[in-house]
Amino acid sequence: MGEKLILTVSPHFTGKRTTQNIMLDVILALAPAVIVSVILFGLRAIAVYASTVISAVVFEYAFDRITKKENTIKDLSAIITGLLLAMNLPVTIPLWQAVVGTFFAIVIVKCLFGGLGKNFANPAIVGRIVMLLAFTSAMSAAPSFLGSVDAVSSATPLAVINSGDIRSLSLMKLFLGQCSGALGETCAAALLLGGLYLIIRDVISWHTPVTFIATVYLGSLIVTGSPYEALLCILSGGLFLGAIFMATDYVTTPTTKWGQVVFGIGCGLLTFIIRFWGSYPEGVSFSILLMNILTPFIDKWTRKKPFGGIAA
Amino acid sequence: MKPRQIRGVHVPHRKNTAGSHAVRMKDVKSVTIPLSMHIGAPDTPSVKVGDEVKVGQKIAEGGYMSSPIYASISGKVKKIDTELMSNGYYIQNVTIESDGQMTPYEGAVPPVIESYADFIAAVRDSGVVGLGGAGFPTAVKLNVKDLSQIEEFVINGAECEPYITSDTITMTYRAGQVERGLELLKKHMQAKKIIIAIEDNKPDAIETMKRITANDPVCSVCVLKSSYPQGAEKVLIYNTTGKIVPEGKLPLDVGVVVMNVTSLATLAEYVETGMPLVAKCVTVDGSAVAQPKNVVAPIGTSLLDVFEFAGGFKCAPAKVLYGGPMMGIAVPNLRQPILKSTNAILAFDHVDGEKPAEGPCIRCGRCVNHCPMGLNPPMISKAMRSKDNEALAELKVNLCMECGACVFVCPAKRNMIQRHKLAKSDLRAWQQKQAEQKKREEEAKAKEEGGKNG
Repeated sequence: MGEKLILTVSPHFTGKRTTQNIMLDVILALAPAVIVSVILFGLRAIAVYASTVISAVVFEYAFDRITKKENTIKDLSAIITGLLLAMNLPVTIPLWQAVVGTFFAIVIVKCLFGGLGKNFANPAIVGRIVMLLAFTSAMSAAPSFLGSVDAVSSATPLAVINSGDIRSLSLMKLFLGQCSGALGETCAAALLLGGLYLIIRDVISWHTPVTFIATVYLGSLIVTGSPYEALLCILSGGLFLGAIFMATDYVTTPTTKWGQVVFGIGCGLLTFIIRFWGSYPEGVSFSILLMNILTPFIDKWTRKKPFGGIAA
Repeated sequence: MKPRQIRGVHVPHRKNTAGSHAVRMKDVKSVTIPLSMHIGAPDTPSVKVGDEVKVGQKIAEGGYMSSPIYASISGKVKKIDTELMSNGYYIQNVTIESDGQMTPYEGAVPPVIESYADFIAAVRDSGVVGLGGAGFPTAVKLNVKDLSQIEEFVINGAECEPYITSDTITMTYRAGQVERGLELLKKHMQAKKIIIAIEDNKPDAIETMKRITANDPVCSVCVLKSSYPQGAEKVLIYNTTGKIVPEGKLPLDVGVVVMNVTSLATLAEYVETGMPLVAKCVTVDGSAVAQPKNVVAPIGTSLLDVFEFAGGFKCAPAKVLYGGPMMGIAVPNLRQPILKSTNAILAFDHVDGEKPAEGPCIRCGRCVNHCPMGLNPPMISKAMRSKDNEALAELKVNLCMECGACVFVCPAKRNMIQRHKLAKSDLRAWQQKQAEQKKREEEAKAKEEGGKNG
């Protein structure tokens, strides 16, 4: 037994969860919404997804090479950022614009802050906001889904709600995604399916999505005074996509359960305020970004009391 | 009503050795007994090289905060030297070469117990320390000024670490000794309430313990959910009695005394037979072990001898542990001896022995939500990186009991326990410095005032 034994600090056992298999679960959870979007918006959707996902991976790889860092693309997080950004874009977006957005998301927001785990804001959300401000008209296009009556373009449900013509919307159509909007945001059913998968797999907890959506529902209920119209409000726009997949991003949201509740309610309130009184029709991205900034403070405020600890 | 349970983690049980009797090791050629197998000052040897010793003969003793050490085989003292042990300290060892007889010491006779003081003396002479792994001298723990302040005894049979079954073996096959141990607590410690705490993955142990405590108004069995770290003292006290041990206090301060079940049985064995703690039942298991089993080995036997007695290795061991995989200590070589508090020795192959590479923290919060002490490992790591000792004090890193639940659930495989260990020692050093500075300032102030008055 002359061989040297390994000496490490305990514990000598670790669980099955790895960063990579968590990311893989998120990609799987996004799959239904991605597939539905291709069905709804046609093959060009694939080109949009490909442009963001491939450029996200390439940007991260290039950044790692240029800065002589360890290659980090195998953690799969760049793929998620690419997918999420594409889901927030209209199918008609010029592909070069999508690549510019991805550059902001991956290089500026994530890599320059130190890579996975160090960024304070959700990369896909900042990418989308930058694109919204830079390419406003392309981003505000509301391409309609395949097979809709008016083949060219139609108003997004939120625009319809804002214009007061709320009765023209159908609950079932909104739920199944048969309305205009960004690629991945329209089909609430597919997004819910993915969210359920993530909760069952213990990747995310229900706290943020449920409080986020419930807050928007309650706010809409108070303003519109109709439970049915409030339901239309939560099914339109990017609320489900944001609440289930972007407000639950580990890196940029609170770690404690109570913190997640605070985060969800905060996002909900901001979204509702922007939607009804802001100058933008949609407020999900802005509200998540604002709450991202508050995350360190929420984490501090909601920190658990150490068991048996006495004041220092 | 049952108190709320502290949330732990689900570790694989792997109690492969639970169902079988322990095998006794008879033919040990030599033992190397360290003179510090307890918390407190090391013992000083009372034998010299060349002395003939017999099983159960005292070979070393220390002050109040210590526990006497006995020869575990009969033979000749070959050498007394100092060696680097797995805890990182240089410790004096007594090496005894066997005469092959295992002759018991004629002085090992049952103690006469007539008073509380006699009982404490007997506990001390039994050589028993916290056998769950802590190694706290049991005589010190049971030496209480006012016995009425003890409201509950909790007998720890939780055994929440994977693989280890030596306490299960005690409860299943040494139930008579446990029962007599309980009698001792009732008679000499005036125990009003004794709770035997066992995790629900040990049905045999629960059954035997329920049998010996049936119709007993004082003793009861508390079946706990299998969740790690159920057997950690503060967690166990909370989950069985609902009491919280405050920071810096002892269980006794909230009226609880916790004792490991094997410690209790060993104590009863000494009172009955006069033979002190000279051998220990250890679980021999792990992915590199050919035939997992429980072995009763004389204290001081080298790990290599025990592994070979148990049936050798399946493949070359890459990592060998004292204790379980969650809190066990990796040993540098197989010459290390069986200690009083060793309850398992595990050998792992390369697949299990290598630590996975550390990735960046993705702030998933699993560690925060699974820490039984309610600590926040990411914030502690951050405070440590920026050498912010005030923050470390506020984050209560000193409460970390190093159970490893955080590392177990971490997807990035971050080595929090190593950081917490360092942070704890940094914090202690800083607090000491602060206290010294405060004292100096006060002294200077007192001097100044004294000068004024004079």
